[in-house]
Amino acid sequence: MSRISTVFERLRAAERKALIPYVTAGDPDIGSSLDILHAMVSSGADILEIGVPFSDPIADGPVIQRAGERALKNGVGLVDVLSLVRSFRLTNSETAVVLMGYANPIEAMGRERFIAAAAQAGVDGLIVVDYPPEESAEFAAAVRAAGLDLIFLLAPTSTRARIEQVARLASGYIYYVSLAGVTGAGHLDLADVLSHLEVIREFTTIPVGVGFGIRDGATARAICSIADAAIIGSRIIQEVEADPAHAAARVGHFLADVRAAMDAVVTTAP
Amino acid sequence: MNDRPATYDLPDARGHFGPYGGIFVAETLVHALDELAMAYARYRTDPEFVAELKDEFAHFVGRPSPIYHARRWSEVLGGAQIYFKREDLNHTGAHKINNTIGQAMLARRMGKPRVIAETGAGQHGVATATVAARYGMSCVVYMGSEDIKRQASNVYRMKLLGATVSPVESGSRTLKDALNEAMRDWATNVADTFYIIGTVAGPHPYPMMVRDFQAIIGQECIEQMPQMVGRQPDYVVACVGGGSNAMGIFHPYIPFPDVQLVGVEAAGEGIDTGRHSASLSAGTPGVLHGNRTYLLQNSDGQIIETHSISAGLDYPGVGPEHAWLKDSARASYESATDSEALEAFHTCCRLEGIIPALESSHALAYAARLARDLPRDKVILVNLSGRGDKDMPTVAERSGMVV
Ligand SMILES: Cc1ncc(COP(=O)(O)O)c(C=O)c1O
Repeated sequence: MSRISTVFERLRAAERKALIPYVTAGDPDIGSSLDILHAMVSSGADILEIGVPFSDPIADGPVIQRAGERALKNGVGLVDVLSLVRSFRLTNSETAVVLMGYANPIEAMGRERFIAAAAQAGVDGLIVVDYPPEESAEFAAAVRAAGLDLIFLLAPTSTRARIEQVARLASGYIYYVSLAGVTGAGHLDLADVLSHLEVIREFTTIPVGVGFGIRDGATARAICSIADAAIIGSRIIQEVEADPAHAAARVGHFLADVRAAMDAVVTTAP
Repeated sequence: MNDRPATYDLPDARGHFGPYGGIFVAETLVHALDELAMAYARYRTDPEFVAELKDEFAHFVGRPSPIYHARRWSEVLGGAQIYFKREDLNHTGAHKINNTIGQAMLARRMGKPRVIAETGAGQHGVATATVAARYGMSCVVYMGSEDIKRQASNVYRMKLLGATVSPVESGSRTLKDALNEAMRDWATNVADTFYIIGTVAGPHPYPMMVRDFQAIIGQECIEQMPQMVGRQPDYVVACVGGGSNAMGIFHPYIPFPDVQLVGVEAAGEGIDTGRHSASLSAGTPGVLHGNRTYLLQNSDGQIIETHSISAGLDYPGVGPEHAWLKDSARASYESATDSEALEAFHTCCRLEGIIPALESSHALAYAARLARDLPRDKVILVNLSGRGDKDMPTVAERSGMVV
């Protein structure tokens, strides 16, 4: 079983939901990124999404765009992100790690080479924002063969046929984007999210995480009453931005509050 | 290579030109693109749509655009005869409006009251603002803050036409970043918004759709050339930024094996200086802006900043169909530097009484180079994609003047 599935199994047994924070690697610098990852784990993160900087992040809002620009200014690219994961794995073998990014840096490295390097570094899953299922059958097979999970996004605009198609290829978890738009936008409409999760669950039993619009303990708790995981991105980058010199401490502090709020949920096993 | 397809019917149903093209977008845009592809499939052959487009071309754009024999220039070069396809005479001064009319007509039929666009030089922005005014739609044009500084008069034209020009401060603050921002707007406002992409790039169906709207250029040439010279040209030459004016004139000529198609990219200060925009000549395949194509990128897969004296060619990618035409050798791709383009610009002004756009001047520069070494009975048809009025400040600055 993949590390991601193990994480969800363990949580299910403990009647808890997964906390999945996102951070862009290399912001404010690659050394701090390692501290941030460990701080997130100490504060109760179950799976870490590590953003791979890209020059043209079309699906990201201003906050994550800025993080990517800072990382690129530091010269951080895919190779550095892989060594970051290797460093993280020196002291952590429990927490699942997912790389989230865009297709081009992967293609520049070479897909096969990248997949092998990611598996070797201790990566558990991949989210390639601009590889929809139609364009990634071959890639998905290679990712699976390497023992990694390929995680797909679904959106409010995804049709039933689309959900069915994604559900067939997806593994690890499904990332439901709670609103049309880019990362960092808007606020949550819980009833609307629930109605979409119900459709997704008609087609798959793998866990569904919800991201976009989760900004604090209250919204995370609300999401966890209907989803398997809360995914938080832009809000974490804002902590990094607010005080880069103490980024790890601030992120840790913020996530600890979120974790506490989430664990206050009375969950019933599905 | 001589494995040219006898019949040419690319792209496939999912927008692939061989290994290029496709739909590489985030999930939030997938439905919008499906909807667009369906609407376009329905209307592209709809007799009422086709008739209205023809009428708009005739009465609003001023089509057909003429073909002109550049006699004096050809004489001076002493080689092949050069002809211009006069897209500079279109309303708004470039080929861009052929496409914006088509897409705006589609937007109306899809019930989208708001259109958005990206622009670099401002030509596509102006052409979009123009059709938005013509059809009573609201219009937002994304433009890099660097380009806003460089293209002040086009910014003013867009505002006069009622559009909102939205400055883009991310990345390199130029055309590619404006495209990113327009995509983000579209993902957020997809219910009421139609994104009018300005070139044959982006995710399917854009490369095909924009090509089809621009193909009127080549279709007219196929009718006009036999009347002008008794036959089709030996060479068709066009500048390539994203590649829409080139695809527009190339596409109808693809089944004519004796017609050589040559795209001319911007070599900027020289390909070996790294300061250029020649994606096909010096780039490598990758994924950007929703499709797979040749890109200017570093070894880490980051898109690098480009340079050209003409803002309209200053783009790190190129339409996927050009990538395919290059690999299959049906078209060849050359380049012209800033100074070569400027020299052609001045020559065209003085010998022919036509002030060409700096973009088009790249095609002229290559055509002049080519003509010199060819016999007098050869015919080169150049797509004169736009007029140069917008380029007065740039050209004057090069000569140490301010206008
Ligand atoms: C006159 C003119 N020609 C050419 C171009 C380049 O675009 P494309 O390669 O899509 O024709 C532009 C773009 O602004 C333009 O204004």
